[in-house]
Amino acid sequence: MIARMALATLAAVLASSAGLAVRAAHAERLIVSVSNQRVTVTPNYSGEELVLFGSVEKDASTPATRAEYDLVVTVSGPPADMVTRRKERRFGIWLNTDYRQFVKVPTYLALFSNRPFDAIASPDVQRRQQLGLKNVLLTQRVGLDYADVVPNDAFRSAFVRLRSERGLYREQTSAVTFLTPTLFRTGIPLPANVPIGTYGVEIKLFSAGALVTQTETSFDIVKVGFEQFVATTARQDGLVYGLVTAFMALMTGWMASIVFRKD
Amino acid sequence: MQIFLPIADIPVNVFLLLAMGAAVGFVSGMFGIGGGFLMTPLLIFIGITPAVAVASVASHIAASSFSGAIFYWRRRAIDPLLVIVLLSGGVVGTTLGVWTFTQMRALGQLDLMIALSYVVLLTTVGALMFWEGLRAILRVRRGIASSTRRPGSHGWIHGLPLKLRFKRSKIYLSVIPVVAVGIIIGFIGAVMGIGGGFILVPIMIYLLRVPTSTVIGTSMVLTLVTMVFATILHAATNHLVDAVLALILMIGGVTGAQFGARAGQKIRGEHLRLLLGLLILSVGIRFAIELGIKPDDLFTIRETGDSG
Repeated sequence: MIARMALATLAAVLASSAGLAVRAAHAERLIVSVSNQRVTVTPNYSGEELVLFGSVEKDASTPATRAEYDLVVTVSGPPADMVTRRKERRFGIWLNTDYRQFVKVPTYLALFSNRPFDAIASPDVQRRQQLGLKNVLLTQRVGLDYADVVPNDAFRSAFVRLRSERGLYREQTSAVTFLTPTLFRTGIPLPANVPIGTYGVEIKLFSAGALVTQTETSFDIVKVGFEQFVATTARQDGLVYGLVTAFMALMTGWMASIVFRKD
Repeated sequence: MQIFLPIADIPVNVFLLLAMGAAVGFVSGMFGIGGGFLMTPLLIFIGITPAVAVASVASHIAASSFSGAIFYWRRRAIDPLLVIVLLSGGVVGTTLGVWTFTQMRALGQLDLMIALSYVVLLTTVGALMFWEGLRAILRVRRGIASSTRRPGSHGWIHGLPLKLRFKRSKIYLSVIPVVAVGIIIGFIGAVMGIGGGFILVPIMIYLLRVPTSTVIGTSMVLTLVTMVFATILHAATNHLVDAVLALILMIGGVTGAQFGARAGQKIRGEHLRLLLGLLILSVGIRFAIELGIKPDDLFTIRETGDSG
């Protein structure tokens, strides 16, 4: 292993450029694994970090010039529709006036890389590969059309900012660390308010500004415990839930009248 | 001790909630009111969305008014016929209220509507109560016997048709204003997350001339039924009732109410009205100021459903 690494480094130093054009279909293979396929969120869960491990497997067709790799990891939570509203001053008070509807956008979104996106690829590649929060596709419904807008759109940036404030959207360009030139790891922080569901993890390997290969994995977030049971029931059986809550209220009131009976 | 509220979707300290419940319970016991108009704003203040606050407080008020209603039932201080007539309006009002709530939420104007309702209702009622209490105190100071208008002096309301004899209250009254009052209280209760006792009691005393012997017990039963109904409707249509939140508030509330009731007996009636008026007025003004101040963040996000 170390010998091979040394050899590769040496080869990289010797050979100057080229190599890019002769890229084989899949010269490298990414092998990844998350530390936990099924994250259980208990009532006293206060955020946790999942770890993604992986290695870049080279084969015979790997150009010897490839020594430096860049990695971008995109974690996206289950999609949902969301509305962003903007307040404006009307008649002396602040009220919601304009809004934008975001269609099937990830409820959780994290982008990690080993160095700034600008250093990894050209702006054009960044856009195409959706590297960075400003390049990720966030579909809005504009009238009857569906489209993403420019990154500095007021509603889009407010949306990203608000999600980031809640720890649900994040971008860290130093989160991926290479333990060896081919072995890497990154932490995926999951705050206490993570939405439940299946999370997709997309790992893209870049070299010299171009995408080399990519792979995907996933993990599930499940919430257990009384709170989750309550939340699920409230959503699925609203009427039953309402009746039980009302009954609970009456029981509490009745108990109080017994405990504190004055006569 | 932190607890995660399942519907409000935020972690809060249990003891903070218990203390809030107890404080509001104390005040409500002292003045003989439900306390929803204090509890809902407090919940909004600690970061719970107005929608969840309104829906959850409904069940909290149901609990406290039930123990109150039992108390007055034992003392035969509830007029059953008056309750039934009020409720026929109350149920309609609550349904309309929850429907309006849902519509405004879809339009993104729910928070505004809640805030505006608080401003209008609380500043008006608070100012009236404060003024009335102040005048009563001044009268006592000058040594003039308080001349509360005797029930029985007839206004236009007593000229309306469809009259019924409410035996326990010993009044003979048209059902039209009674049903109307039920509708109004049911409506604002569902929209604002209040029981409405602090409006209902004065209306019943001054407008309907219900004697003080049955007024509080009867208003408590109306509050109880409309709030139970509002809880069920809010849960079934908007899925916003946080039972965990409500339970903690209830426990704090019913306990605090016991001590409040004892404290209330030591204060003179007009001072009590003055204090209550001041309290209601200040909550209203707080909402008004908030509407005028530029919010920290002009943008808000709301999830509208999974991939719809």
